Amino acid sequence: MMSLFAQVPVSTPEIQWFYLAPILILALGGVLLITLTSVAPVMRGRHISALFTVATGVLALAFLPFIAARLDGLVDPVAGQGGRPAVDLVSSALVVDHFTLWVSGLISVAVILVAVMLDGYLEREGFESPEWYALLLISASGGVILASAEDLIVTFLGLEILSIAVYVLAALHLRRSESQEAGFKYFILGALSSAIFLYGIAMVYGATGSTTLTGVAGSMTGRNAAGLSPAVDSSLVMVGIALMLIGFGFKVSAFPLHIWTPDVYQGSPTPIVGFMTSAVKVAAFGGMMRVFLVGFGGTFASDWRVLVLFMAGFTILFGSFLAIVQTNIKRTMAFSSIAHAGFMLVGLYAAASPVAIGDTGKRAVLFYLLAYTFMSIGTFAVISIVGKKGDGNHSIEAYRGLAKREPLLAMAFTVLLFGQVGAPFTAGFFAKFRVIAAAAQVERTEAYILAGVAMLGAAVGAYLYLRVVVAMFLDVQESPSTEMADSADETLALVEVRALEVPPATLAVVLLAAVVTLVLGIFPDIGSGALAEAALALVR
Amino acid sequence: MFLNQFLFFAAILFSIGVYGVLTRKNGVLVLMSIELILNAVNINLVAFGALHQDISGQVFVLFVIAVAAAEVGVGLAIVLLIFRNRRSINVAEADLLKG
Repeated sequence: MMSLFAQVPVSTPEIQWFYLAPILILALGGVLLITLTSVAPVMRGRHISALFTVATGVLALAFLPFIAARLDGLVDPVAGQGGRPAVDLVSSALVVDHFTLWVSGLISVAVILVAVMLDGYLEREGFESPEWYALLLISASGGVILASAEDLIVTFLGLEILSIAVYVLAALHLRRSESQEAGFKYFILGALSSAIFLYGIAMVYGATGSTTLTGVAGSMTGRNAAGLSPAVDSSLVMVGIALMLIGFGFKVSAFPLHIWTPDVYQGSPTPIVGFMTSAVKVAAFGGMMRVFLVGFGGTFASDWRVLVLFMAGFTILFGSFLAIVQTNIKRTMAFSSIAHAGFMLVGLYAAASPVAIGDTGKRAVLFYLLAYTFMSIGTFAVISIVGKKGDGNHSIEAYRGLAKREPLLAMAFTVLLFGQVGAPFTAGFFAKFRVIAAAAQVERTEAYILAGVAMLGAAVGAYLYLRVVVAMFLDVQESPSTEMADSADETLALVEVRALEVPPATLAVVLLAAVVTLVLGIFPDIGSGALAEAALALVR
Repeated sequence: MFLNQFLFFAAILFSIGVYGVLTRKNGVLVLMSIELILNAVNINLVAFGALHQDISGQVFVLFVIAVAAAEVGVGLAIVLLIFRNRRSINVAEADLLKG
């Protein structure tokens, strides 16, 4: 009874809440949103959920410069991070460094832009409800956890928080059977790939006796409890690395784990596809870079970089060539996103090289992620508008004459598509140029071949984007509308007649994305300081 | 017992799970197959934890169990949604999306 009232001090672990702010804001924002909308009817009004989500994203974004400033002000950077400013949090489960901040920033931007276009989409489809936004925020918090995880347990948790919310989002268009099918396919294959990923973690843990990335990297030189040296008796580690590569390869949709992408992108609600191509891809690449470059960067880099080399080459080729035969714009863009993932893998291949080139490679991947986040969100915002009510108007034919009907939208879309082609004066040009240049700097025969394959893929890929651009600037009257002729479906005809409704907020997202694409293409060195810091934070 | 007994058992369980995911036509059985794979991982983690005399392997298993529960919850919800729309949970009939 005494002890109940006696004020005895207990030692509690110190948690530096300030550095955790982005994760906490995003996760609590999602929980708070779903709570408030259940409790207070006022919160269920139009646009309020979207505004709340945007505010949460902006708040998370606003914390990043302050965290960066405090990181730079650290007197004694954590040992083992090569002297780069980094803070280990929650007993080394998470690490906050400039790399974490870069990825968090991209994810927050993606959340803000997707929330804005989701608002117009849900209003058109008549689905306005807060759970879309709550899942978006929770998924984003998982992405930040994945990219900042320093322990493989936390990596897995981040991956699952990121993924499970997106499985639900993919299936959430209740009136479209395609959406549920997409959600189901995404769920089955995603769960399978995370289970395989987990098997890989178990193998690495078995070989090294540690689940932290620094522990895994450090134990490669010593011997474990069974008297084996992981670096010498490497079969377990190699199996583990290969299985984990499968898990990450699935999330970034790399060959041969790209098969799900076109189906899922075609069926899922269009703004959610924008989220998958931006935030999910950024987070998956962030986690992949941290695990592979920090955890397996030292002893085994020369083993897994060969796998990444083949994955990158085939991903680019498959993505570019298979996109040509598609007639559905969402499938086309799915293959294009596969090809983009291939380019980023080229950068990862270069990043696994010795230090100086490695930093070029890391910078190239991080810049590519920045450019692709804006380009893909803008692209899917346009597709979301053109999709019309029901989200089904996605044949490339639907873009015929768009330049005449919606000149502004068509102009912005043209910029975004040219950006994805990699045309000069767009962000896409520098993104592709930098990964290919980084690969060429490796100065090995296979690296030159990879760079050549990447250039071939970029050239072939140009066709698929230009096809859409040409369709937009063709006149409607020039060809008798084929889909009207061969489909007796009256509802389709009705959809055709209905004019395009362009929500101003979604249009603003498209224009912003187009402007950023152009600005980054003309001044590619904007933010290069932060980019360099982020790349240097991943020390091998 | 020897470590390799656990590893072989886990590998067999894993293979059965993957086989189930690839061949089963019933959506719920596919979910159960995924559970088999996750349990194979759990056996691995506990065995390695015992090998290294390290608690983090067993802690990891608890996390995996929790995540598996969340995953099955979402999976069953999606299967239910499909069943409401189509009156069937046959995976082979899910063929609306192709190009």
